[in-house]
Parts: sequence; structure tokens; C-alpha cells
Amino acid sequence: MYVFIARRLLLAIPTLLIISLFVFSLQKLLPGDPVLVMAGEERDPALLELLRAKYHLNDPIPVQYVAWIGNALRGDLGISLRTNQPVVDLIAEKLPVTLQLALMSMTFALVIGIPLGVLAAVKKNTFIDYLTSVLALSGLSVPNFWLGIMLILLVSVKLGWLPASGYQPFFVDPLLSLKTMLMPSFVLGNALAATMMRHTRSAMIGVLSSDYVRTARAKGLSERAVILSHGFRNAVLPIVTLSALLFGELLAGAVLTEQIFTIPGFGKLIVDAVFTRDYAVVQGVVLCTAIGFISMNLLADVLYVVLNPRMRASL
Amino acid sequence: MTALDASEATAPTRGKSRAWRKLVANKAALAGLAIVATFAILAILAPLLPIADPLQTSWSAIRKPPSWSHPIGTDELGRDILARMIWGARASLSAGLFSVMLAVSIGVPLGILSGYLGGWFDMIVSRITEAFLAMPFLITAIALAAFLGPSLINSMIAIAMSALPIFIRLTRGQALAVKAEEYVEGARAIGLGPVAIMTRYVFPNVLPPILVQATLTVATAIIAEASLSFLGLGQQPPAASWGSMLNVAKNFLTQAPWMAVWPGGAIFLVVVGFNLLGDGLRDALDPRSA
Repeated sequence: MYVFIARRLLLAIPTLLIISLFVFSLQKLLPGDPVLVMAGEERDPALLELLRAKYHLNDPIPVQYVAWIGNALRGDLGISLRTNQPVVDLIAEKLPVTLQLALMSMTFALVIGIPLGVLAAVKKNTFIDYLTSVLALSGLSVPNFWLGIMLILLVSVKLGWLPASGYQPFFVDPLLSLKTMLMPSFVLGNALAATMMRHTRSAMIGVLSSDYVRTARAKGLSERAVILSHGFRNAVLPIVTLSALLFGELLAGAVLTEQIFTIPGFGKLIVDAVFTRDYAVVQGVVLCTAIGFISMNLLADVLYVVLNPRMRASL
Repeated sequence: MTALDASEATAPTRGKSRAWRKLVANKAALAGLAIVATFAILAILAPLLPIADPLQTSWSAIRKPPSWSHPIGTDELGRDILARMIWGARASLSAGLFSVMLAVSIGVPLGILSGYLGGWFDMIVSRITEAFLAMPFLITAIALAAFLGPSLINSMIAIAMSALPIFIRLTRGQALAVKAEEYVEGARAIGLGPVAIMTRYVFPNVLPPILVQATLTVATAIIAEASLSFLGLGQQPPAASWGSMLNVAKNFLTQAPWMAVWPGGAIFLVVVGFNLLGDGLRDALDPRSA
């Protein structure tokens, strides 16, 4: 098991190196001198030269990359032009907000997606199955920023039930925090719920047609026991690993959701950075998102092995 | 005609007609095709349709609700929303189609070369592909669009580059499977070179799953373009696109809710269309569901 995890960790290294190369190269796509962008309005030649020396911009590109990755490994992703804060500090400040949003969205997705997927499989080819298929297709097709706007219009503007925007840290006022995050989590978790629903349905259909489920029925077990104890327990494995994979997607999806509901998280940070040409922040956020995404992929692989006795035995 | 040529001449034709029959028998796929075709026709015929000028502002018609002269209302500058929706369909559909075409035209040859040739070339391409698959689609597109500069063309390039790894990986996997088939071994035995084998035997056989993936990716690309335009990184004002219309509409939710309802509804409908069509194509081209 430990060998498997170590091997997977080693495999992540080249992936991270390639991504770091991509993130570094983004800067080279900028037309003109990046130092002029970094210096902003300040065009003092001495300052420009200082910045060039600091970021090794007079050196050949491979040397620049090594210097950049060296700094990144030491936790130095540069300074934000907009706030003058280290990029790492900005990310550390915004990440908990997005993590709360992602966790609540995942909860929504699991609570809606799994039971409906099980129901669709149990009631295969009935009206309920078709209805859940339509729901899943709608969930996958609706742009979440539009869903957000429509919900603000209905729930906040017309009905006045929930706040339209804003953020309250959970540990300051848990109730208000949950209230402000309820709509954004539903918007972000909606597409995920649809994916969960489809996967749960197909996994359950596979399990319910297997021999051991037929045997369980033949033994006279109640349908509830057959579905939950024999069916669902075996179908849940791919869903757990899928959840880990999709959690990474949530970090990306948060970009639009945070923008609509004005949540000061990771996603809003990258969008604000894009418009203020704060490129060090854009690079930092992209790099951190990729690391988060890769870590979740790694977790999905490990979970799959940990939860699957046959896989464990084959290691 | 050799046996090899004969099978090549007849089998795909039979396969194609069977797949077509299955596709037209699938009502959901036909509905998807009808939705996509309707939007495509509207987008193509936009300059010929008797609709208002999408850029014509009118200070006397600012944020007017639906009426006979403006069937789905006007926007914050008094422009006709119906006209902007139809012209916006051009931006959204062309962004979806062109970005996927770009991704396919680079990804498929690279995937075939990688899968068929193997060796160091395959290793390099596979590692890079895996790395980019580990990046969330929208984050890659936002990062590229940010550094390339905001415009519809740059957003298409950003979306294409983000979708590229999906096509490389899919084609490589298919090419690896086709490479092991007997007819490819036969082609090699009669002395055909790698280029001829890849173009005449591997390419036609990797196409069906690529077609399915491309259709489904158009749906993703349309949402991605709308997302980028919504963030201000895609189509720039005053030109219309559904995403940029929503971006403005969110500021007038209480005064003019119709500004937000229609563009989002159109994105939803066209994405449903492509998803239904993609699912139908997958069922039609899947030999297991014969």
C-alpha cells in the first residue's frame, strides 16, 4: 500500500513540473516588457533594473525558470501589484472561503445526487427514472452563473428569503454564514449532483443485476435490505472516488459562483487579478489550483485502493 | 481489389447506415439535432432576418419590457434583445464550433502519431497531456485568455487549448487499439508505410468516438465561452454574445429581469441540444448497443 502511494506521489512530480512550466510560460505570452507591467505607473529606470535583476529577467529563459520554481518551492510566488501583499498570503487568506463553499456544494451534490441515482436505478425505465434523467441533463446543461442570477432574482429579490450576496466567516456567525452560502452552494453543487446521479444510477444498475443480489433476494431478504445492504454498499465505491475527483472541479467552478454572489474567495481573487493585470496572483492561483486538483486525483486513486479489498489484495 | 480493400469499401458503409438508422430512431437525439439546427439557421441567417440592428441604441427605449416592437424587451442602452440574442448566437455557436475544430485538428493528428509511433514521442506527448488534464478546464481557459488579452478570438484559442488534451488522449487510446488490429498488421505486411497506414486505416477508425466527444465538447465550449464573456474575457462590447449580455444583465436584475432570462435560457437550450445529440451519437456509434 505504502509503495503504491509512494509510486503515485512520484508520478505526480513530472505532472507538477510540466504545469509549473506552463504557468511560468504564461508570463512570456504578455506582449512587451513584463517589468513595465510589474512596475505599473512607476517608470524609474533604476527600479526597472532592480526588478529585472530580482526576477532574473536579464538571464536566459531556462535560468529564469529555475529561479522562479526555486522561489515557488520556498513559498515565494511574488508580490501582488494591487495589494502589495505576498501572493502566498493572499491565497492563504482566500482559500478557506472557497473551501467552505466547495464543502457545502459537495454536501449538496451528495445529498441530492446519490439518493436520486439509487431511486432511478431501482425504478429503472419508469417515469421516475425518466424524470431523474431529465433533471440530470438539465443540471449538466445549465450554466451555473445563469442559475445563480435566476435564483437571486427569485429567492432574494422576489421572495426575500436569503441574502443575494456577501460572506460571513463560519466561526464568526455560523448561522448567517450558512445562510449566505446556501444559494451559492446549491448553484455550484448542482452540476455535480447531476454527475453523481448518473454515476450512481449506472453503478446501481450494474450491481442490482449481479448474482449476489439475486441470491440475497432468493434468500427472502426485504427489498430495502437488498438495495441498501447488498446493492448500495457495493455501488458506493466508484462514487466515493468520483467525489474526490469532482472536488477539484469545484475549485474551478467556484470562479463564476463567487463572482455572482460576491464571495471573497479564491475564484474572485483570480478574476480581480486578471482585470488589474496582477499576473503574479493569476500565476499563483493557477499553480495552487493545479496542485489542489492533482492532490484530489491522488486521493481518489488511494481511496479506490483503500476501499476496494480486491485492489488491496492485488498490491 | 484485395480482400483488405473490399472490407474497407463495404464495412464502414454498412456501419454508417446502421448508425444513421439508430440515430434517427432516437427521439431525444433528434430533438437535440432540431434544437442545434434551429439555432444554427438563426445564426447563419441573422443578417437576412427582419430584425432590429443589434447595435442600434435608443434613449427612448431603455430597459423596456417585452412589447410588439421589442418582443423580448430592450437592454440598458435601448437595444433590441431579440436581435442581440440572434447575433449573439453567432458568437456563441462559432466559439463552440471553432474552438472544438481547432482542438480536434491539432489533437487528432498528435494523438494518432503518439499512439501509432510510440517510443519517446509518445512518452513526451502523454506526459504533457496528463499534466494538462490535471488542470481544471475553466482555470486553464481563464489563465490563457487573461494573458492573451480579452477578445472572442483569444477566448476561442484558450478554449481550444484547454480542450486539446482530451482529444489527444482519446485519439491516442483509439490509435493504440486500432494499431493492434489484424487489418493494420495486414496493411503493414503488404508494405504500406506508417503515413499511409495512419491516414488510410487508423484515422477513419478513430473517428467515431472523436465525433461523439467533439459534439459533447461543443456543449462545454459554449458554456466556457459564455463564462469567459460573462467575466469580460470573451466577446467585447458593443458586439453581442450571450455571456456578455448576462454580465450586463446581472446589474439590472430588479429593474429589467428579462435582460437575464433570455440569454441564459438560450445557452441552456443549445447546450441541452448538443448534449442530447452527443448522447444519441454515442449510442448510435457504440457497437455494443447494436
